[in-house]
Amino acid sequence: MWNAKDIPLFPAVGAAVLRLAPLAPLSMAGAHLVKTLIRRHPSLFSRLGEQADKVFLIDPTDLPFAFRLQPHLEAPTLEAVRREDAGFWDARIGGPLAALLGLVHGVYDGDALFFSRDLVIEGDTEAVLALRNAIDNEEIDLASEIAALFGPFEHVASLPTRKVSSAVGHFFGVALTRENEHQA
Amino acid sequence: MSVRAKKLELVCPAGTPAAFRAAIDAGAHTVYCGFNDETNARNFPGLNFSTEELATSVAYAHKKGAHALVAINTFPRAGAVELWHKRVDDAAKVGADAVILADIGLLDYASKKHPNLRLHLSVQAAAANADAISFYARAFGVKRVVLPRVLTVQEIAAVNRDIDIETEVFIFGGLCVMAEGRCSLSSYATGKSPNMNGACSPASHVEYREEDDELVSRLGGFAIHRVGAKEAAPYPTLCKGCFTAGDYKGHVFEDPASLDAAALIPQLAEAGVTALKIEGRQRSRSYTEAVVRNFRKAVDDYAAGRQVVGGALRDLTEGQTTTAGSYRKTWR
Repeated sequence: MWNAKDIPLFPAVGAAVLRLAPLAPLSMAGAHLVKTLIRRHPSLFSRLGEQADKVFLIDPTDLPFAFRLQPHLEAPTLEAVRREDAGFWDARIGGPLAALLGLVHGVYDGDALFFSRDLVIEGDTEAVLALRNAIDNEEIDLASEIAALFGPFEHVASLPTRKVSSAVGHFFGVALTRENEHQA
Repeated sequence: MSVRAKKLELVCPAGTPAAFRAAIDAGAHTVYCGFNDETNARNFPGLNFSTEELATSVAYAHKKGAHALVAINTFPRAGAVELWHKRVDDAAKVGADAVILADIGLLDYASKKHPNLRLHLSVQAAAANADAISFYARAFGVKRVVLPRVLTVQEIAAVNRDIDIETEVFIFGGLCVMAEGRCSLSSYATGKSPNMNGACSPASHVEYREEDDELVSRLGGFAIHRVGAKEAAPYPTLCKGCFTAGDYKGHVFEDPASLDAAALIPQLAEAGVTALKIEGRQRSRSYTEAVVRNFRKAVDDYAAGRQVVGGALRDLTEGQTTTAGSYRKTWR
């Protein structure tokens, strides 16, 4: 059983290094990832409904940048942005990176993180709930989604991607794959 | 302690097909869910089931030896009753093991149109005494009643002595202060109520904002909570709002706390209860998996004569605190 107080924070040294890193490569990877996600999980949109047109600021509070997500069916984007350059958003979901990834992988319960104040939501609550419920139903595994970025070589990339994700996730205390689900 | 014969049925929530499978895999005997519209009392964005998703989920439950119930437990709007009728028809068509209804007209429709469909009386009907429950059993053939969360264990035993149908009681999850099915508090701030629209404090009317290290919750533009950085946040419901009046500041109706009656499982079984219900169709599959697994162990422990241990799920609850609610009316 997980305990809200046990959610790890991204190491401060790592966050300091990332402060100097360029965001363009991350944005490019994010754009590919979200397009792949949407291709592989079309039912995300039936649950999102009209909320798919909203702009979400996904804000890992222990990292020096956030992600601006537009899950629009025709032109989905996931862009890494400095907080001061985040621009307009309809809804903000903020919390430690481990909490946000844990929500994606079904390790944590969103309401419980909200009760414990580990998760902050602002703006359009309807959009936040729709996104949370849609993602929860998809049983997304980020390692599998990353492997899918390799297209026809997905089956070759799958095992190493999973192993690397598992090792990196274990090192930082975050769930990068659903394999960690019962270890949290 | 001797081995007991009584095996309690665990009735578990599912807001999505993924949560439904998680509940079954974690040991639910029965899962309840609703359609993705205003016919059920958890009508939240991104939640609930299409008819096709329900059909697949019911088949999954049956394959695993479990049961599937469908809550159609809001009250049909005048002039729009066809939607509620259609949902009863849909539930029967996909092979649901029972429908959970509250409205007298809908119970009448279901009992006549689908005489072989098992009917459960929703907590929304607020049937809290033997005469009321027996009326539903006689008039519509209701086989089980979900008792409102206003009765003590002794009162539940008294009800069970005087009725011929099964009773189901809430064992864990969110609490309401009102007699169920009769609360319109939310509609004063939003124009919508759980009884008619399926959502208490609809998300479209909720706003959170961080102001000077405080989390401020607004419902329909009215500030209803202001909690500090170290305080647990509650759901944005008026009944658990924290208000200031003169020199007084506090929760006017109810403290944010959740029901956890695990320790009362033996007493509830001895009071004649058939099934224990977990609240939380609006919660994630993570919550569903954790709570169902915990309570399946509890009912198995009770059936095997082992001690039932509760209180392990506090971190998942609203207010991060739990209570036995009305089952133990210590304020009396």
